[in-house]
Amino acid sequence: MSNKEPIIEVNNLKFKYPASEIDEETPTILDDISFKVNKGEFVGIIGHNGSGKSTLAKLLNAINIPTEGEIKVKGMDTKDDNNLWDIRQTAGMVFQNPDNQLVATIVEDDVAFGPENLGVPPEEIRERVDACLETVGMSDFKRSEPNNLSGGQKQRVAIAGILAMEPECIILDEPTAMLDPNGRKEVINTIKKLNKEKDMTILHITHYMDELIDADRIIVLDKGKILLEGKPKEIFSHVDELKEIGLDVPVMTSLAHELKESGYDLPDDLLSIEETADAICQLK
Amino acid sequence: MPIEVKDLSHIYAKGSPFEYQALDNVNFTIEDGEFIGLIGHTGSGKSTLIQHLNGLLNPSSGTVYVNGEDIFENSKEELAKLRLKVGIVFQYPEQQLFEETVFKDVAFGPKNLGISDEEIEERVKESLEAVGLNYEEFKDKSPFELSGGQMRRVAIAGVIAMRPEVLVLDEPTAGLDPAGRDEVLKLIEDLHKKRNNTIILVTHNMDDAGKLADKLLVMDHGKIKFFDTPENVFDHVEELEQIGLAAPQVTYLMKKLKEKFPDINDKVYRIEDARDEIKRVLGESHV
Repeated sequence: MSNKEPIIEVNNLKFKYPASEIDEETPTILDDISFKVNKGEFVGIIGHNGSGKSTLAKLLNAINIPTEGEIKVKGMDTKDDNNLWDIRQTAGMVFQNPDNQLVATIVEDDVAFGPENLGVPPEEIRERVDACLETVGMSDFKRSEPNNLSGGQKQRVAIAGILAMEPECIILDEPTAMLDPNGRKEVINTIKKLNKEKDMTILHITHYMDELIDADRIIVLDKGKILLEGKPKEIFSHVDELKEIGLDVPVMTSLAHELKESGYDLPDDLLSIEETADAICQLK
Repeated sequence: MPIEVKDLSHIYAKGSPFEYQALDNVNFTIEDGEFIGLIGHTGSGKSTLIQHLNGLLNPSSGTVYVNGEDIFENSKEELAKLRLKVGIVFQYPEQQLFEETVFKDVAFGPKNLGISDEEIEERVKESLEAVGLNYEEFKDKSPFELSGGQMRRVAIAGVIAMRPEVLVLDEPTAGLDPAGRDEVLKLIEDLHKKRNNTIILVTHNMDDAGKLADKLLVMDHGKIKFFDTPENVFDHVEELEQIGLAAPQVTYLMKKLKEKFPDINDKVYRIEDARDEIKRVLGESHV
């Protein structure tokens, strides 16, 4: 599905926070990172707390600026101040805490906030708001107050608010970390749907491995460097390496790994319950 | 200190247009030293329930007996004593850190008990070690320069320093990465083993609950849906799904395998147990 046109290009990125009087020597947060995200791709970034994931997200959105190297969003360099608004409109961002991102007192006003600031004509705003709420499955709540919604619903409204600005790419920084299992499922299904049906480019940052089973590609960050990069099945077959850096692999992969260690001949890349059951049945 | 919850109901904003029944005639007893997993989707009444256990909320009807005493018949002084025995670690407890140093933060509770400086120091030491933080290394640090997982452990130490007999933790792993989550769960497990105090762990995560708890208390719409061993609770896959929960993934796999291996024990929910059970039905000949 992904035609080979990069939306995000990161070249030899290095980042440290500027030194201050208190911290004369600041640590290098990201060290020589290079990767591309192509149009229509669903790319996952995983890493433990402190691996540099969130700093990377802020760099992609030009909230932080690279210390060395460069980041281009649709060809626009994040170092150039003139590109700031275009970059943020091209790559919209959803954050972790659902309570920190909604600004209005009514759901549909919140979704309209972005396009209003872009100077979109009112009739078109109306259309966009309705269409975006429809996409995230929140149309029934358009007159609701955000504080009466569940965490998963709030995150979906936040996604609708980003969609209303018609970005080409959405960057999600641990959007499910504070949600319950239902909320997580709602948000993940919404992300997958956007990618599949609307061909939206998705960069999903998380520490939940099982959210990335359907990703096109996964980048594993550890101590500010890219440790692994590849398709989910390739990545998850590195069970021991992932566990060593404090990440865990999907439950089925973990179980299959244990059985393999006991001497059973199972494939390395089992992810879903169905394929694991099938593989075990074939042993008999 | 057994806890008996009797006919407990709680209605928020009674008589107003926002009236909401959060707890509906809840009954259960937790024995001394039990490890309980309290599960339910958002809004099922979990948080409302735990706030009754040390009298932070007053019931609309019904009551709670701690160690045989009706806590809502108590005077204010006695209720204050009770709060020392039932310690609650709330969600995102690190947001409640406020002191300049880790020592001062953990010492804040005990200090209010009016105990001696030596005993305070002893308690801070003991609590920090209990949460896996080296006393000498951390005592003078600012809590705000620590990692998320460390901050959370300092906050938990602050509650442990009150030496509660019952420790209630409301989603203590929310927002942590897998390593941080394992750290916090391990420390809760160790605490329970070492002191054998009663633990009530509020969680969304079935795998975590199943791994640690003796019994699961499953809530739905302010009512108790199940109160049983993890094994028996996870056997009700469909009912769990109906109330917005799920069984651990391993349970789903075992149910699927049962179609092919009728004698497999499908009441297994831990990875290690599943591995052993699968090995058993496959037999060593396939290795």
